[in-house]
Amino acid sequence: METITLTGQIFQYLVTGITVGSVYAMVAVGFNIIYNVTEIINFAQGEFVMLGGLIMVFLHVAVGLPLILAFPATVALVTLVGVLLDRLAINPIRRPTVLSLIIATIAASILIKGTAMFIWGKDPFDLPAFSGRDPITVLGAVIQPQYFWVIGFLVLIVIVLTFFFERTIIGKAMSACADNPDAASLVGIDVKRMVLLSFALSAAIGAVAGITMTPIALMEYDRGAMLAIKGFGAAVLGGLGSFPGAVIGGLILGVIESLGAGLISSGYKDAFALIVLLFVLFFKPSGIFGNIEISKIKRF
Amino acid sequence: MLRIGKLPIALFAGFIIIFPWVAGKVPAIGNYTDIMVFVGIYCLITIGLGLLMGYAGQISVGHAAFYGIGAYVSAILTTRYGLNPWFCMFIAVLVTGTIAFLVGAPSLKLKGHYLAMATLAFGIIVFIIFNEEIQWTGGPDGMADIPGLSIFGFELDSIEKYFYLVWGFVFVILIFTINVIQSDAGRALRAIHTSEAAANSMGVNVSKFKVLVFVYSAILASLAGSLYAHYLNFINPSTFDLFFSIKLLIMIALGGMYNIWGAIIGAGIITFLSYEWLHYFEEFEVIVYGAILLVVTIFLPNGLVGLPGMLKELFVRQKSNE
Amino acid sequence: MNDTTAENILEVQGVVMAFGGLMALFKPDFKVKRGIIKAIIGPNGAGKTTLFNIITGFFTPTEGTVRFKGRSIKKFKTHEIAARGISRTFQTVELFGNMTVLENVMLGCHTRVPTSFMASGFRLPGAKRKEEEMRDRALNILKFIGLADKFEEPADNLPLGQQKMLEIGRALATEPELICLDEPAAGLNETETYVASSLIKAINAKGITVLLVEHDMKVIMNISDEIVVLNYGQKIAEGTPEAIRDNSTVIEAYLGSEA
Repeated sequence: METITLTGQIFQYLVTGITVGSVYAMVAVGFNIIYNVTEIINFAQGEFVMLGGLIMVFLHVAVGLPLILAFPATVALVTLVGVLLDRLAINPIRRPTVLSLIIATIAASILIKGTAMFIWGKDPFDLPAFSGRDPITVLGAVIQPQYFWVIGFLVLIVIVLTFFFERTIIGKAMSACADNPDAASLVGIDVKRMVLLSFALSAAIGAVAGITMTPIALMEYDRGAMLAIKGFGAAVLGGLGSFPGAVIGGLILGVIESLGAGLISSGYKDAFALIVLLFVLFFKPSGIFGNIEISKIKRF
Repeated sequence: MLRIGKLPIALFAGFIIIFPWVAGKVPAIGNYTDIMVFVGIYCLITIGLGLLMGYAGQISVGHAAFYGIGAYVSAILTTRYGLNPWFCMFIAVLVTGTIAFLVGAPSLKLKGHYLAMATLAFGIIVFIIFNEEIQWTGGPDGMADIPGLSIFGFELDSIEKYFYLVWGFVFVILIFTINVIQSDAGRALRAIHTSEAAANSMGVNVSKFKVLVFVYSAILASLAGSLYAHYLNFINPSTFDLFFSIKLLIMIALGGMYNIWGAIIGAGIITFLSYEWLHYFEEFEVIVYGAILLVVTIFLPNGLVGLPGMLKELFVRQKSNE
Repeated sequence: MNDTTAENILEVQGVVMAFGGLMALFKPDFKVKRGIIKAIIGPNGAGKTTLFNIITGFFTPTEGTVRFKGRSIKKFKTHEIAARGISRTFQTVELFGNMTVLENVMLGCHTRVPTSFMASGFRLPGAKRKEEEMRDRALNILKFIGLADKFEEPADNLPLGQQKMLEIGRALATEPELICLDEPAAGLNETETYVASSLIKAINAKGITVLLVEHDMKVIMNISDEIVVLNYGQKIAEGTPEAIRDNSTVIEAYLGSEA
């Protein structure tokens, strides 16, 4: 029987923190993609994660599709939800103001949540881990192999997105919309299409986060709001709109939450990330990689 | 647009005064007086929140927190210290007002979605505190045996009596708020909503006003919370969750943000939906609220109160096309 | 009608404005004597509106000082600067569209007739009296700018020319000593431009110093006492209208962009 040392404990919290931080980073990346193209903050971002988990449970556990099919199918379905969100909730608003867009995404998030509750009920669901549950012990910390899947997918997403935004035409077009939608449409970029694409992409990433985290933390219908706000916290911490910011912000936030819950109080676990968010908003809203004067000029 | 005459207020007052009597006579709506007590309590919150959102153009996605702080301060001070409930209500207002100032001052410097997120985070933090500080709040099990209210010995121990108390409060606040709207302060708020830059340039201390309205709306929510606690004699944290904050937004959006009657109409409809009409369709409740909010945001940005105006405009446009 | 001490009401000194890597203004230093009409001109993007934003407290300069009536405005927020006596209009009209013409100007009276939230809410007699006072002041200003008959119109309904006049009227309600007009003639036809110019001269005749940004050269030449020319954030010339008109650097700066 091993005795758990303090370093072992702390290392444990760090590993958990990085894993959960990876989820927050993925949500943050999703926020950034939509924000960069539209300057909208999508309150429904967390619902994509929730749907990723629950739909995967349905396809893989209930229907019995093998992992290798269920995963992309789930991502595709959630992407569809993202597309619907843009088409039905964002696009139709005739005179978009900040207030109305915020309320629209809030409305969408509770609609999605309500639908999930209707379909799946209020119970949490589990997913089998991708590569089993035999824990690996490193430096006194017990690590589930699923943790590596979460972190691995974050890395994969970062690589793919960097390539996408810097090397592909569509990706560059999306970045152009972020900088200057009027100029972008003048050079022939279909801004509405880019907006749709940004929602689709964010939804897909959210789905991946949900699928990979469910074997660790389960998933239920109302997890979305908390994930969204923590993901937002990560995005703001790193600097809204910045991808390296989202990743670093997510990891830092996850570690703070994990250490806080482990060392200070587990009941207040969720509060740690929120307090960090408030701190950043109050004292340095531009975050780690942001710039104040530039944010004064942005439309919203 | 803002000449809020005395007649609608008088008519509405008349309606309220005879309501319990009418409901008492018609068995089918017998429980409506009870529901109307809740409508009144929620109106206190929506009037303030509507002023904040519709006139000052700010958003709060965490107002359930102030409602809860009012309720818990009243509950704690009356049950643990046996203090006079009215005095405790006053203390609750002071506490809530102070917290609102401390949170509002830095938050209202933020714009749009940053403000929304800050208020959302604050709301959730307060909710977590209600659940965790079991020594003070009783945790998830809540607090019971909260005393009722009495005025100079006259016990407000029936639904009807409480009804008149709550609606008395509502009318006082309604008239006060209408007076503010029709004054220089109201103009300043509307100016802030349209263009903070121009308002600032004309000497309006925009930050001060925003915080002022925020604190005002928080104080009203606190009053509502205290009244709620003394009515049900029991409170627990689940009442003051994020979903309630969002329900408040739905009330205001549905009724109409830019008109004070919208706050009342919205509170009325959503409360009846909650307690009466949707009662048997619990699984659909959340979907219905989401759908209402979405439809209103897209098709009825001025809410139900704005419907006659919208229809008139459509009619006028149709005529000019012929 | 000048002050007995012909002081400089405004001094821009060593002002540098950088947004990240972009240098918007680099020491376009100048002074404005009390009681004159001074114009700031220059091609698009020269930094004129940025300068206005600094003078009225919207932006804090990266370096340098702006002095109003001898005191630096650095510590003051925009609304405090308005209370001290600088008022402005905006390049794209920033009226309170959903309020009436009268209400827009009454808002301008806000600093000079302070009212309180509580007094308004309780309908105390003082509040009512102050409201009447604001109404009277606003109506007088509307008469001065020629919009008195439209006082109940929603500001959004006015044609552009009248909207611009209204914005000036609103700025006048704050009883400024210095009024900054950002392109008051933009988008106006010839009659409207004439009315606007006359109004600016009438305002100046009341002793209010005018600082204006304009592209319409006829207006500039007609009403300005002095002109400052900016290009790429720097001052390239300063002087009387005649001197500027014949200045070769200025002419060169405008070649290739509309004059």
